[in-house]
Amino acid sequence: MSRTPEPGSADAGTDKTPSGAATGKSGTVPVNLTVNGLTRTITVEPRMTLLDALRENLALTGTKKACDRGECGACTVHIDGRRVLSCMTLAAMLEGKKITTIEGLEKNSMLHPLQSAFIEHDGFQCGFCTSGQIMSGVAMIEEAKAGWPSAATADLRRDFTLTDLSRAEIRERMSGNLCRCACYPNIVDAVVEAVARS
Amino acid sequence: MHPFGLSRADDPAKAIAAHAQDPELAFIAGGTDLIGLMKDRATLPERLLDINGLPKMARIEALPGGGVRIGALARMGDVAADTEVRRRFPVVAEALLFAASGQLRNMASIGGNIMQRTRCAYFRDEIGGRCNKRNRGSGCAALHGLNRNHAIFGWSESCVATNPSDLAVALAAMDAIVIVQGKTGERPIPFTDFHRLPGSTPERDNVLDRGDLIVAIEVPANVEASASHYLKVRDRASYEFALVSTAAAVETDGRRIRSARLAMGGVAHKPWRLTAAETGLRGISLDDIDGLRSAIATSFTDARPLAHNAFKVELAQRVALRALQTAGARA
Repeated sequence: MSRTPEPGSADAGTDKTPSGAATGKSGTVPVNLTVNGLTRTITVEPRMTLLDALRENLALTGTKKACDRGECGACTVHIDGRRVLSCMTLAAMLEGKKITTIEGLEKNSMLHPLQSAFIEHDGFQCGFCTSGQIMSGVAMIEEAKAGWPSAATADLRRDFTLTDLSRAEIRERMSGNLCRCACYPNIVDAVVEAVARS
Repeated sequence: MHPFGLSRADDPAKAIAAHAQDPELAFIAGGTDLIGLMKDRATLPERLLDINGLPKMARIEALPGGGVRIGALARMGDVAADTEVRRRFPVVAEALLFAASGQLRNMASIGGNIMQRTRCAYFRDEIGGRCNKRNRGSGCAALHGLNRNHAIFGWSESCVATNPSDLAVALAAMDAIVIVQGKTGERPIPFTDFHRLPGSTPERDNVLDRGDLIVAIEVPANVEASASHYLKVRDRASYEFALVSTAAAVETDGRRIRSARLAMGGVAHKPWRLTAAETGLRGISLDDIDGLRSAIATSFTDARPLAHNAFKVELAQRVALRALQTAGARA
């Protein structure tokens, strides 16, 4: 009944036996990923988060480390098209997954419409939360297109369509991304614009 | 985080056996609670077993007769978006949508949601102060400390923490069944028996043993479910744990309540069913505000607020009333 890919459906390649050799405490694990369309192999300790792997192993520093506790949304990336928090994800559990970061949003040297809308509507001041806001916003619009409701949806029994995506809906759906500069009104403006263009 | 090993399970029986014989092993699914606990050093498993590859455990199935079976590995976001869950059990979909954020709901599994541990700041404190849940016998810093967010029902001298799950409150109200596979096979656990009160062993949040794996949650059909509602009151408008919440469901005859279900979150170590209120509400009109209020009050005679949370006793009754009225408007 779900309309997005099932999590865990891809074959993970870490050790398949519950007590195998590759599970040692100080051991490292090779992980094959697609990051922004490129196949990459990284070697990580099991305790390394996707956030640290992106920043430290792959030098993709657009994804920001802020709270590191799943409380702020600054580290938001897409795994197989779904928005997730990279600080609460272990890189070693992502064998075969497709990761998209802020660096991977532009196509043919053109910014993603939501990136352009953030510039147009001045959706940031310091910019530290911005990549997380944009990654969250892009996937959020896809969730709304797929008919996903939110806590702001009046009647859950009705089908949700993109025309129901009011400012109140956007604020609720983006509440996992905090902005200490409080650019929220402009961020909502940018998302409204991107929805209109999509 | 501390160093740990990681392996992947592809067979439930092997995963259960590994968990039963290795006290230092923890299952990991979405990881949204476990990784936070490890970062806060509240739990330090030596080995993690990734159960995301276990077959058929992410399914959401509509059951004949009106119930639903939700696989333990189904993600919160997928369950909340499921059209049958939304139609048959609005209270379950709402409890999910009022929890966490879009990102976390895409990650967090249903099994993990009901296993999540308390948000008590003393329990989560990275430095590790006095907390019997974290460190048995060390005492409870919250009992005479900052306890605004803590329990008003069922607490003990050893722990005053509350359960943070919104979903659990809705599932308690719906009399859901937790399907657990263990060393000796599968067994159903009624939801209201799944979580424990702290007593003298607050380190145990629930009745599961080593070698137990939650495989699914079944929500059976009931006559009240279609007129149900989850109301959550918190310090922020979104992305925050509950101060107090209520899952309410009613069956009515005109405006008169035939039967009601009420469960509360944010008030105890487990989802708190208002059984006395449920009995007292039978036969009362949804328009009789004083009658509704008096019936709800019968479930609060045994409330024991702490130094900083007396406001919850009044707040909880008002939240229960409003949740009941909103549910009633859907009847």
